[in-house]
Amino acid sequence: MNRFSYARPGSVADAVREVGSGPATKVLAGGTNLVDLMKYNVERPAHLVDVTRLPGLREIEETGEGGLRIGALVTNSAVAYDPRVQERYPLLSSAILAGATAQLRNAATTGGNLLQRTRCYYFYDAATPCNKREPGTGCPAKTGVNRIHAILGTSEHCIATHPSDMAVAMAALEAVIHVSGLNGEREIPIAEFHRLPGDTPERDTNLGVDEVVTAVTLPAPRFATNYTYLKLRDRLSYAFALVSVAAAFDMEGGTVREARIALGGVAHKPWRVLEAEAMLKGVVPERGAFAMVTERILQGAQGYGGNSFKIELARLAIIRALSQAAAGTPQSQTDKRIQ
Amino acid sequence: MADLDLPARQGFAPDASPAALPSEIPLTLTINGERRELHVRPWTTLLDLLREDLHLYGTKKGCDHGQCGACTVLVNGQRINSCLALAVSKDGCEVTTVEGLAASDGALHPMQEAFIEHDAFQCGYCTPGQICSAIGLVHEGHARTPEEIREQMSGNICRCGAYTNIVDAIEDVLAKGTTK
Amino acid sequence: MHETHFGSPRNRVDGRLKVTGAAPYAGEFTAPDLAHGYVVSGAIAKGRIKSIDTKAALAVPGVVQVFTHENRPRTAFRSNAYQDEVAPPGKPFRALYDERIVYSGQPVALVVAEDFEIARYAASLVRVTYEAEPHETDLEKVRGKAYVPPVKRQGISPPPKPRGDSEAAFGNSPVKVKAGYRIAIEHHNPMEPHATTVVWEGDERITVHDKIQGAQNSQSYITSVFGLPSSDVRVISPFVGGAFGSGLRPQYQLFLAVMAALELKRSVRVVLTRDQMFTMGYRPDGLQEVALGANQDASLQSIRHDLIANTSTWEDYQEATVNWSAMLYHCDNVTTTHKLATTDLYTPADMRAPGAPTGLFAMESAMDELAHKLGVDPVQLRLRNYADIDESTNKYHTSKELRAAYQLGAERFGWSKRNPKPRSMKEGRELIGWGMATGAWEAQMAQTSARATLTVDGRLEVATASADIGTGTYTILTQIAADALGLPMERVTTKLGDSSLPKSPVEGGSWTAASAGSAVELACHKVRETLFKYARGMDGSPLANADIDRVAFHGERIALISDPSRFVTLTDALRAGGVEKIEAEETAAPSKLTQMRYNSFTHSAIFAEVRVDEELGQVRVTRIVDAVAAGRIINPKTARSQIIGGVVFGIGMAMHEESMPDHNLGRFMNHNLAEYHVPANADIHGIEVIFVEEHDTLTSPLGVKGLGEIGIVGTAAAIANAVFHATGKRIRELPITIDKVIGTPEAA
Repeated sequence: MNRFSYARPGSVADAVREVGSGPATKVLAGGTNLVDLMKYNVERPAHLVDVTRLPGLREIEETGEGGLRIGALVTNSAVAYDPRVQERYPLLSSAILAGATAQLRNAATTGGNLLQRTRCYYFYDAATPCNKREPGTGCPAKTGVNRIHAILGTSEHCIATHPSDMAVAMAALEAVIHVSGLNGEREIPIAEFHRLPGDTPERDTNLGVDEVVTAVTLPAPRFATNYTYLKLRDRLSYAFALVSVAAAFDMEGGTVREARIALGGVAHKPWRVLEAEAMLKGVVPERGAFAMVTERILQGAQGYGGNSFKIELARLAIIRALSQAAAGTPQSQTDKRIQ
Repeated sequence: MADLDLPARQGFAPDASPAALPSEIPLTLTINGERRELHVRPWTTLLDLLREDLHLYGTKKGCDHGQCGACTVLVNGQRINSCLALAVSKDGCEVTTVEGLAASDGALHPMQEAFIEHDAFQCGYCTPGQICSAIGLVHEGHARTPEEIREQMSGNICRCGAYTNIVDAIEDVLAKGTTK
Repeated sequence: MHETHFGSPRNRVDGRLKVTGAAPYAGEFTAPDLAHGYVVSGAIAKGRIKSIDTKAALAVPGVVQVFTHENRPRTAFRSNAYQDEVAPPGKPFRALYDERIVYSGQPVALVVAEDFEIARYAASLVRVTYEAEPHETDLEKVRGKAYVPPVKRQGISPPPKPRGDSEAAFGNSPVKVKAGYRIAIEHHNPMEPHATTVVWEGDERITVHDKIQGAQNSQSYITSVFGLPSSDVRVISPFVGGAFGSGLRPQYQLFLAVMAALELKRSVRVVLTRDQMFTMGYRPDGLQEVALGANQDASLQSIRHDLIANTSTWEDYQEATVNWSAMLYHCDNVTTTHKLATTDLYTPADMRAPGAPTGLFAMESAMDELAHKLGVDPVQLRLRNYADIDESTNKYHTSKELRAAYQLGAERFGWSKRNPKPRSMKEGRELIGWGMATGAWEAQMAQTSARATLTVDGRLEVATASADIGTGTYTILTQIAADALGLPMERVTTKLGDSSLPKSPVEGGSWTAASAGSAVELACHKVRETLFKYARGMDGSPLANADIDRVAFHGERIALISDPSRFVTLTDALRAGGVEKIEAEETAAPSKLTQMRYNSFTHSAIFAEVRVDEELGQVRVTRIVDAVAAGRIINPKTARSQIIGGVVFGIGMAMHEESMPDHNLGRFMNHNLAEYHVPANADIHGIEVIFVEEHDTLTSPLGVKGLGEIGIVGTAAAIANAVFHATGKRIRELPITIDKVIGTPEAA
């Protein structure tokens, strides 16, 4: 861990000024990822802006349009166990509870979860090359140990994944990220929040250098009955997803009015294919239909050896998750038997 | 391999002012009921503050990265990994460590008693974290069945493999409803 | 008869210390003026350090010194000075010795500073440039260069001589199986990272708190490497936060901490990071092949088990891996081989039951394959080929209740309800698999000394230099001592983990209960004799003319068995002797004569249930029954915990654990607990332990055989066999991760 100066602003405006003061500034909230990375010398900020005391960011409120506004500092636990979230957005609650541990969820915040960085072994190990950590040094993961790496949306420069479970559910729910910067406030749909690596893998998101996340809003609920979050991993708890699937249907009678499918663990961002979801519109949700949709979602998937199995695993997981959602039997995050 | 810059070098350049350490920041914490006025550098974690500055070595460092749970303490009643919390960010908080669980007369907390009775540890290194975590679990109220306890205690790794006994101990405490 | 502590479930005597956080581990001792050391780990696998620049690190306020190979203080010149009690043949690794890099993660510098954070920061400023040379970390690539280790490792039996003609018998066997097996490299990862605190006592004297399984091993290493008299070096490690073998040999942080303390003449602590726990020994990689031939009547005709294991370029690490295949079953034609091939990784290290779970994963999987091919129940196949003597050495067993273990385990598990056909048992979308395997481990006793001291206040202290790494040694020694003098356990204090205590080997190999236990009992009996002499000699003693075997030591009294109203209290007896205390030191050693005629093993029959999602291949280990035959059980409570812990270790081996090397970089990449998965609580379901009654009067005077290892042995094989039963898919490479299970099964 390097030396850094520390500030604890009292307002969002002050925080934005602090954050925009220099390129080597980082925002500290729960610290569960940032402090971790600082100890590994992956992050070496010169200035740390502790936003944990900012007023007004710890509430979950009604939006007025039937949705919920979740303050950026609301902890993952507080979101997952909030009765309104449990009732109206059980997919989000379930995805959060599928991730990390009780201790981490008690500390990690909504904003921080969205901004957490990849778990790529090479990114984490400062003694190895990594284009994300040190642009231009190369990507050893492509020819090295890549069990946990991406199969979709990769580039020659980076095959890292985004590790969040929460963000996958938010992607499926089409959450909107509210940010505040030197030029005021703006809203970023979650689909445009995270980026693909391309030739700038060092940039995970489209957040400006002077911007901080202030809230996430969830649109009016439609997916509280037919949903699931299915996560497959290398042990039954406390492990990042090899593949996860957030699936949800808005049903009208026996047919799908709208389908949402987002994948975790397979790409640099929560992975959605709108055309694939559209294929289910007006369809009776059955396995036959799911297979076609799945093919479309995984079009172009590419393995790198150690992670090639993810293509088949994702295929099977999507079909299973869609079946769970259709049947209204969401995956339990406690009973590890797959429903 | 062609595009790989093999690691022929390592180490970072020092940042701007090599002669200075980060300045100390005043901090107030209530630790095991005792209010402490402290001065710490911002790079000190709550875990290192407890262990190295206050010599409360009961809270353990197993991984220092939130990967094992040995450092679990209760902050404002909630269990967190103290290794990932910078001490300065916890200004004003109440911290309970394993040293603060027994009563002042030495009577053990029911969770401590249950851990002994169910032989819920072997080497003892993960134990303080397990116990703080278990107390946090009881307060949270989300776990009742063995299955729920297992999931909710999965943030505490025990390499000696005492898991089944840990679950038994917690079940016992939950059944008796004796935790404070 | 009074109830003895021996054989009764007792809570751990160190329980209160551990649940209150008051038990101090190596990195938790402190001293005024303590300096903190932080290790800089190297980035390449092989080559040399071209330059190492410490200027920026030294310029940080609070940095005391940066040690590298360029300014390392002089230490012993000859490499054998670095050999410790359990070192394999070769030249031990020496930290900061010269500019050579021999493995990735090798320590290249130690930064010592006034506090931990300063040391950590300054360590990041140490600039190293390397000249890399081609390395090889892939065992497959060097298998052609495998060799039989020219020097055998002390205490490790090499593969036994072949018996019969396994090749011809295999050829003639009507039923054959032959396959290759592999386990993943595993790192021990005890919860407490390796740590050493050296307290500078002045005048070149040091007290060392080291994470070690034998304080005297560290002590002799320090005196040998740094040329110090043993009177100036005391090693005290009362608590060890797990080790599983990683604390048998002194690790490099001990060398670095002592080096820095002696040079700086102040107290120094060095604690390794979790990531640095992957820069030391591990359970080795091994390419195994097992070939079994049998007649249609299920009798084994031929066994062949070959192994090529990796070792480092500087030591020939050896463990008993294939030997088990030669002793476990009756068979006239057996060949086992064990070769090594060098890779540019650190030397492997003993890890819980070193060799046995590796070798028996292969052998017991092969037995399952054979049972399936023969259409014979796996338990029946083992009973059919039961060995009454150890045919690999032609020695008798001191005791062997394995047959009863199979029967009791099968009964408790409900094995008779098993449909032998793979994929035949199902519940919902989950395939249910039942598998079993045999476990075995050496029951050993090693020469150990202990001291017992009874003081006039009626308190007894027993002491030996051994360790309690979570095994329950404090508790069982307290039980044995309390029984010997008829005291409540609260009156007995056990001291361990101190080099100044009576001599003991490292704690490991499951020998401590038998060895330290026997020594403690001998010393206590000596105290008892003296005490009885005093009691009998008292004026008007109620025990006058009584013989020692006519009295009972119970309830802090010595009483006539025939008339308990005639007694002398312990304290009265001591006073009668006119002494403040009675002290005795005794040494227990195994009987050479017994060892010539007998071999001693613990055995287990382990049964596993897995549930596998038919489609996605997610495996859950839902039930284990482990029936263990291990002689007398001193403390059923802690004994059960030890077996459960071993089984959990075995579940990790079967399902999760894998240190993943990047062969391009020559470096383990998942070097942390987030990506090196050990079982979490959610992975562990019901584990039932059965202790099979076994009378053994030969292994140790106590009838005890030891329990630290047997729980892991066979577990991975039982689980792999259960996965086959569930899915029809034979997985011969551990761990059994989801990628290996999904997909269509091979033709069963």
